[in-house]
Amino acid sequence: MIEVGLWGSLRPFAGGAATVTLEAATIRDLLAALVADYPGTEPYLKTGIAVSIDGVVYQNSPGQPIPEGAEVYLLPRLRGG
Amino acid sequence: MLFRSADMTAPGMLWGVMLRSPHAHARIVKIDASRAEALPGVHSVVTRADFPEESGGNDDVLDHCIAGDKALYDGHGIAAVAAASRNLARRAAKLIEVEYEILPHVTDVDAAIAPGAPIIRPGLRTSGDTDAADADTNIAAKHEFGHGDVDAGFAQADVIVERSFTTGASHQGYIEPHACLATLNADGQGDIWCCTQGHFAVRNSCAAIMGMDASQLRVTASEIGGGFGGKTTVFIEPIALALSRKSGRPVKIVMDREDVFRASGPTSSSSIDVKIGATKDGKIVAADATLRYQGGAYPGSPVEMGSMSAFACYDLPNVRTVGYDVLCNRPKQAAYRAPGAPMAAFAVESVIDDLARELGMDVLDFRIQNAARDGTQSSYGPKYDQIGLLPTLEAAKAHPHWSAPIAEGEGRGIACGFWFNFGGETCVSLNINADGTVGLSVGTPDIGGSRASMCQMAAEELGIDYSAVRTIVADTSSLGYNDVTDGSRVTFASGLATIQAARDAIGRLCDRAAQIWGIEAEAVEWKDGAAHPAGSNAGKHDPLTLADIAAQGAETGGPIAGHCEINADGAGVSFGTHIADVKVDPGTGHTSITRYTVLQDAGKAVHPDYVEGQFQGGAVQGIGWALNEEYIYDDDGRLLNAGFLDYRIPVASDLPMIDTQILEIPNPGHPYGVRGVGETPIVPPLPTVANAIRDAMGIRMGHAPMSPPRILAALKEA
Repeated sequence: MIEVGLWGSLRPFAGGAATVTLEAATIRDLLAALVADYPGTEPYLKTGIAVSIDGVVYQNSPGQPIPEGAEVYLLPRLRGG
Repeated sequence: MLFRSADMTAPGMLWGVMLRSPHAHARIVKIDASRAEALPGVHSVVTRADFPEESGGNDDVLDHCIAGDKALYDGHGIAAVAAASRNLARRAAKLIEVEYEILPHVTDVDAAIAPGAPIIRPGLRTSGDTDAADADTNIAAKHEFGHGDVDAGFAQADVIVERSFTTGASHQGYIEPHACLATLNADGQGDIWCCTQGHFAVRNSCAAIMGMDASQLRVTASEIGGGFGGKTTVFIEPIALALSRKSGRPVKIVMDREDVFRASGPTSSSSIDVKIGATKDGKIVAADATLRYQGGAYPGSPVEMGSMSAFACYDLPNVRTVGYDVLCNRPKQAAYRAPGAPMAAFAVESVIDDLARELGMDVLDFRIQNAARDGTQSSYGPKYDQIGLLPTLEAAKAHPHWSAPIAEGEGRGIACGFWFNFGGETCVSLNINADGTVGLSVGTPDIGGSRASMCQMAAEELGIDYSAVRTIVADTSSLGYNDVTDGSRVTFASGLATIQAARDAIGRLCDRAAQIWGIEAEAVEWKDGAAHPAGSNAGKHDPLTLADIAAQGAETGGPIAGHCEINADGAGVSFGTHIADVKVDPGTGHTSITRYTVLQDAGKAVHPDYVEGQFQGGAVQGIGWALNEEYIYDDDGRLLNAGFLDYRIPVASDLPMIDTQILEIPNPGHPYGVRGVGETPIVPPLPTVANAIRDAMGIRMGHAPMSPPRILAALKEA
């Protein structure tokens, strides 16, 4: 099980929780599990998302493995200039 | 050969010119182009009706280029003409008759969210706000970040400072206007030459808008005269394609400066409230901010980036930021260096400064005490890995600038800044030539000297001289997809891909050496630019240099190349600290920068001169925003200062030499430790200058730019 930190905009869809616990081995699993448990998050995931695993931000790597015990945060997709 | 898009010509080429709305908000009742079309020398006129309804998810991008049923800002494209000359096209554009129904407008971010504000996009609802009413609004989205219990944190505070700030919309101010030459032939194949930060993105947007397969449209990026984020989208390219398709001729469009200001993307203007509390021993216990950014008449202001970055420099037990993405009757904002961060830093770093003063603490020591460190949980979520904020603060404290006496009548300010950085999709191809030289093709337009850095990294890996490598920016038909040059990503991501492509080529070079020696490839190693037998079992062979192996390429299997296709992750975050000395003329309100120093973590400075150039350029742009640059609209919503005479950017004579200090705290996500450096340096200047003005004159400026009239008004109020 992975403890996943949610940025504030996602929390209303998880009953106000700042973190949720999900069964996931990869980012793809994590996002699927999030939508399954908290369907209100789906529109956010579709508009773009980044996943921080132990401080490394992944923007387009659904196959990225998530180690057990890793610090995982969901973030909006990063933009730059 | 280096080329600029504005200089490109083609046989039979026509000139394209846009007709733009003089109204901030108006329904387009009727467009009659018959008089323009009848003018001899006019070959085509297009309106929105000439574009497919389906734009492949690019509706807002297309609408910003050419209006649908409504003009949404002063300067919004209404129609375009292609004619034999630019003057003729201009004359023809004036003959297009447009009937408008003028609608109420709003250009101010706070006015746009006030009750009764004109609604820009009926039907819009606020994404991310579960408490929002089911009613029309100009707030496109709400974002929230943070951790801890802010209210409980403030209850522990001995001192709380709370202030509100606004910032004007600044433009990237690139010297080269947008320009493109486009062809779209009857066989459905097209080409675009344009100045852009991302020609693959141009291809994808334009192909989707025009209903083309991506393979049928080739885009070549020209040399670029500045971008800074403003050339990450399309403004004229789909228009030139449509004119070309209709006329059967190549069409060139070059924006004039007025078009650039009115119809390309400036950054957001903003309105921000900040509250920070600390205990009397100087520990910040709570921080809260509400940020409202207008992004023009379309959703997508960078307010979520501003909200995430606002408190990123500090180690905070309780923090919250709430951001609102607001629509106004202005052009759609485009990215500008660290989009969203400078405005947030202006507000937060101003309050940090005031809080230190309220506590009776040194403003630099207060920052050091509360600075984010390795392992700190960031205000936007993840814990930091290895970061360089504290080293920049400590370097600032040790810098001669900080300890130098402050000149009579001057003030000194300091502030910090943060930027995320990222990697992204990247593809490079490295070709070994028969003469032992190397051609490196990248797909990220060079906006800051990146080709030189790529040459350095390829040469470093291959063990050859820098001058033996030439890097080009390949067109979209010659290389796999590359994300835009943005997010300070190129030296990191294209550099990573270059290193991996070079290592791929080295593997092939070792294979060829093994063939030549008649041994197993595993028995060959690469060092010092040559293949060597690895160990005594491999036999005795004289080393083969890259040039030796390349010369025998035809006999050992043909061309030798290395490739890399990656989604580069692992970009390290970036921090910087700036120091400024200023002198304010109390008679005119004019602020002079008398000394300025940038200290920033570069991870590893591959090409220190270019890194320094990024530091200096970012600082100068930030100083311009701090002191002069902003869009000014009249009561009718028309832009009043669409030119460099009235929108004044700093020139060399306005500024002292910008001193720099490069720190190198390696990014663990890159083989050499590289971090992006291009965006962070525009983040601290607004508050650095504001804090210096506070130090010099005792006034806390609540608006950037801190232009002479605003300084005078603040002095009068003080």
